[in-house]
Amino acid sequence: MVESALKLERARYERSALVEWLTTVDHKKIGILYFWSSLAFLLIGGLLALLIRTQLIVPDNTFLGPQTYNEVFTMHGTIMIFLVVMPLNAAFFNFFVPLMIGARDVAFPRLNAFSYWAFLFGSLLLLSSFLFGAAPDGGWFGYANLTSSRLYSPGLNIDFWVMGLQVLGVATLASALNFFVTIVNMRAPGMSLMRMPVFVWMTLVTAVLILLAFPSLTVGLVMIMFDRYFGTNFFNPAAGGDPVIWQHLFWIFGHPEVYILILPPMGMISEILPTFSRKPLFGYTFVVFAGIVIAFLSFGVWAHHMFAVGLGPVPNAVFATTTMLIAIPTGVKIFNWLGTLWGGAIEMKTALLFAASFIAMFTIGGISGVMHASVPVDYWQTDSYFVVAHFHYVLFGGSLLAIMAAIYYWFPKMFGRMLDERLGKLHFWLTLIGFNLTFFPMHFLGVDGMPRRVFTYSADMGWDLWNLVASIGAYLLGASTLLLFVNMLTTLRKPADAPADPWDGRTLEWAIPSPPPAHNFDVVPVVRGRDAFWIEKYGAEEVVGPAPERHGAESGHNPHNPHNAGSGDEAGHGSSAGHGQSAHIHLPPPSWFPLTTAAGLTLMGAGMVVHATESLASLGFPIVGLGIAMVVVSLLGWTFEPIHEESHA
Amino acid sequence: MQQGQPVVERAHPGPVTYVKIAVILAIVTIIEVATYYLESFFGAALVPILLVLSAAKFVLVVGFYMHLKFDAPLLRGMFAWGMTVAIGITLAMLALYKL
Amino acid sequence: MSDGTAVGHAPQAHHTTTGISHNKMLMWAFLASDCMFFGSLIWVYMVYRGRSLEGPYPQEILNIPYTSVSAAVLLLSSLAMVLALHGIQHGNMRRFRVWLGATAALGALFLGGQYFEFTEFYHHGLSLEQNLFGTTFFVLTGFHGTHVGIGIIWLVTLILMSLFGRLSPADAERVEIAGLYWHFVDIVWIVIFTLVYLIPY
Repeated sequence: MVESALKLERARYERSALVEWLTTVDHKKIGILYFWSSLAFLLIGGLLALLIRTQLIVPDNTFLGPQTYNEVFTMHGTIMIFLVVMPLNAAFFNFFVPLMIGARDVAFPRLNAFSYWAFLFGSLLLLSSFLFGAAPDGGWFGYANLTSSRLYSPGLNIDFWVMGLQVLGVATLASALNFFVTIVNMRAPGMSLMRMPVFVWMTLVTAVLILLAFPSLTVGLVMIMFDRYFGTNFFNPAAGGDPVIWQHLFWIFGHPEVYILILPPMGMISEILPTFSRKPLFGYTFVVFAGIVIAFLSFGVWAHHMFAVGLGPVPNAVFATTTMLIAIPTGVKIFNWLGTLWGGAIEMKTALLFAASFIAMFTIGGISGVMHASVPVDYWQTDSYFVVAHFHYVLFGGSLLAIMAAIYYWFPKMFGRMLDERLGKLHFWLTLIGFNLTFFPMHFLGVDGMPRRVFTYSADMGWDLWNLVASIGAYLLGASTLLLFVNMLTTLRKPADAPADPWDGRTLEWAIPSPPPAHNFDVVPVVRGRDAFWIEKYGAEEVVGPAPERHGAESGHNPHNPHNAGSGDEAGHGSSAGHGQSAHIHLPPPSWFPLTTAAGLTLMGAGMVVHATESLASLGFPIVGLGIAMVVVSLLGWTFEPIHEESHA
Repeated sequence: MQQGQPVVERAHPGPVTYVKIAVILAIVTIIEVATYYLESFFGAALVPILLVLSAAKFVLVVGFYMHLKFDAPLLRGMFAWGMTVAIGITLAMLALYKL
Repeated sequence: MSDGTAVGHAPQAHHTTTGISHNKMLMWAFLASDCMFFGSLIWVYMVYRGRSLEGPYPQEILNIPYTSVSAAVLLLSSLAMVLALHGIQHGNMRRFRVWLGATAALGALFLGGQYFEFTEFYHHGLSLEQNLFGTTFFVLTGFHGTHVGIGIIWLVTLILMSLFGRLSPADAERVEIAGLYWHFVDIVWIVIFTLVYLIPY
């Protein structure tokens, strides 16, 4: 039996649960680690948001004070982007991309573990700044020369920010390399590019964006670091340096970053809408190519974040044009999602509610985005609350609503348990109402002239009402997020009884048990078309309407049946069919080296922060050296570690 | 990139070709350095000439030593994509600051 | 670098969708990404080119004949690298080791040259803090030098592995991948040599 063979194999690595998680190279476990870590960071980032809204709830408030307010909004932005949305996307990349392409793992399992640990340690380095009362306070964009000169930013605040982001950048790049290779190179037989689920496509596009956008941030951060530590003049106007160079470097990264945050959620939506409409995605090819076009254009629009800097009319006009062009592929996607819903047999599950609300909310954010593309309008809106409203409609109303949909959709596959639908719907309505209550009034505040990033406003500005409304909305949002956690935690205490295919899904992850076995597929599936699992269930012709009670009927005469292990009672059948092949399943053994490499890397960053202190400066470079030594030793161990067991059944 | 069909690489060139390329690279480098002493002779054409010469060296190393001329088109596309974005942004920044 | 993942088995043993091994594709994706890394450093250099407010200015201290020799040394190391790869691909481990040793030695010679160039400039008063030229020059060429240094460590590791019997002609692709990295560092220098040294200030 497969099960016993696998058990034997695993027995050799029998370790405590903690060690197992610390050394795992299983993409599903790493996905779960990403999932819970970034949800924990979501709570921290959300708490900071509530602090902001509490400070602004009434005029002339003294709840936080200017310095704390700077730290709170800087960390809120940095956490939500780098520690919440990106790693939540990564959680789903990790868990589902290999399943959706019919692979047993990612191309580089240990590199994958390294990405996670570097993400976690980098995040902790960044967050540890709170313990030293030196949280970053220069905004998530860290404009030079405020951040590059110790004259203007003494203290360790910016050092924590620079070093934390450098470590996170390495983690992200490693992850992008891994998923690029995995998707291009590890697809199951028959899974041609144009048969890949849209989520996989968007993961691929995102990986390319990361590979080309993050180096610009890395270089910019290196320059800030050199200016702060070694007295270079990159952003020093006294020596002829130009702080605007940092803005270019940052936004050449920063605008693709926006799509790094939104494209994977668009992919999630493109999986969820067809499933609950019981229709294939409308205009698959258009959705895929629109994603590619968005990615391509995203490298030519960065200066629209800098219209008010004074680049001159010609650059502004060029970047305004390219920015407006991006609205076209984005609009194409929105119409395709609407077309998917149109005429479908829609099931009003929580996942669908979140997905459908994504379309509406994201469209609002998209429209205010097109408004900013016009230079004169942007002059008027820059640095006002209108911009805050805009990007929360795309990042919360877009990315996070889609991620919520994905949580409800994929939770059963990840943990083998169905989330409670009643609590889920309550969570949805509270979120939708709270979200709009918080962020829609910010449009009014912005148009009325309320600037961003100021810690208070005076009573005679007439901004009291909408600030009060926004703050009440924020508390509602906080409550709704708690509901999600209540739902997840109570669900996890129930028995794992989710069926393999609870939503009558279309893609390969639903062909295997929930949660999937360590080796994913007993037999590598053969893909016969788009919506691979649907075709196996219902044949090539599309079926619209209620699902038949059981879908295992044809598994007997199809030797390449992907849903070989269906729900619990089918497991035996599926396993025996795949017995001949599964004797050779290799599972990569666990490894400590990813963790130690990531720890060494983070130690290097931490050493640089220590070097910037007054009392412990002399310890700084020795710690950096220790980190380098740790990385080198770990990499050597990594290289010479056997990744296949010597003897094999 | 055909699904499921391994890409057959064309045979890599042998040492003779490699040495020939090295000789060409050396000659181009000598010409480049020579322009430094003949700056006034070339005048305004100097910068374009230097750019073309270094681009030629670049292409020779990538094409022959890194075998991109003989390898899978996918790899060519990947590298070309990265180069295109990098060159495009460099040109845009030069236009912004130098024009 | 993350090249070690396929240690212990020939890459051909793995079936991949495109027929290209994972490791090789990883390296090319990394190089595409590294284009943007050096691209960013280079465009900042170019934008700041000639904008130093005080000396020493590049035209006063750049030594073209000296750096031309350096550039030739690095180009030559690329030739040695492909010859080493050809050696291991054809089962000639001795030739492989000799040429790979030559590659690493030429790389080390280049780094030594860079060290003397840096100290020479420093004695002329050029430092990271002195002016924009010092800032951008040292950081750009310093990062390139760091890449060369990592490459040398990588090549020496490969030589040691082959001496201890951990590298056989079946692993030729691992050498090819190290070579890709090495040649990339070389072509970056081709670009830097032209933009930083040759184009008149």
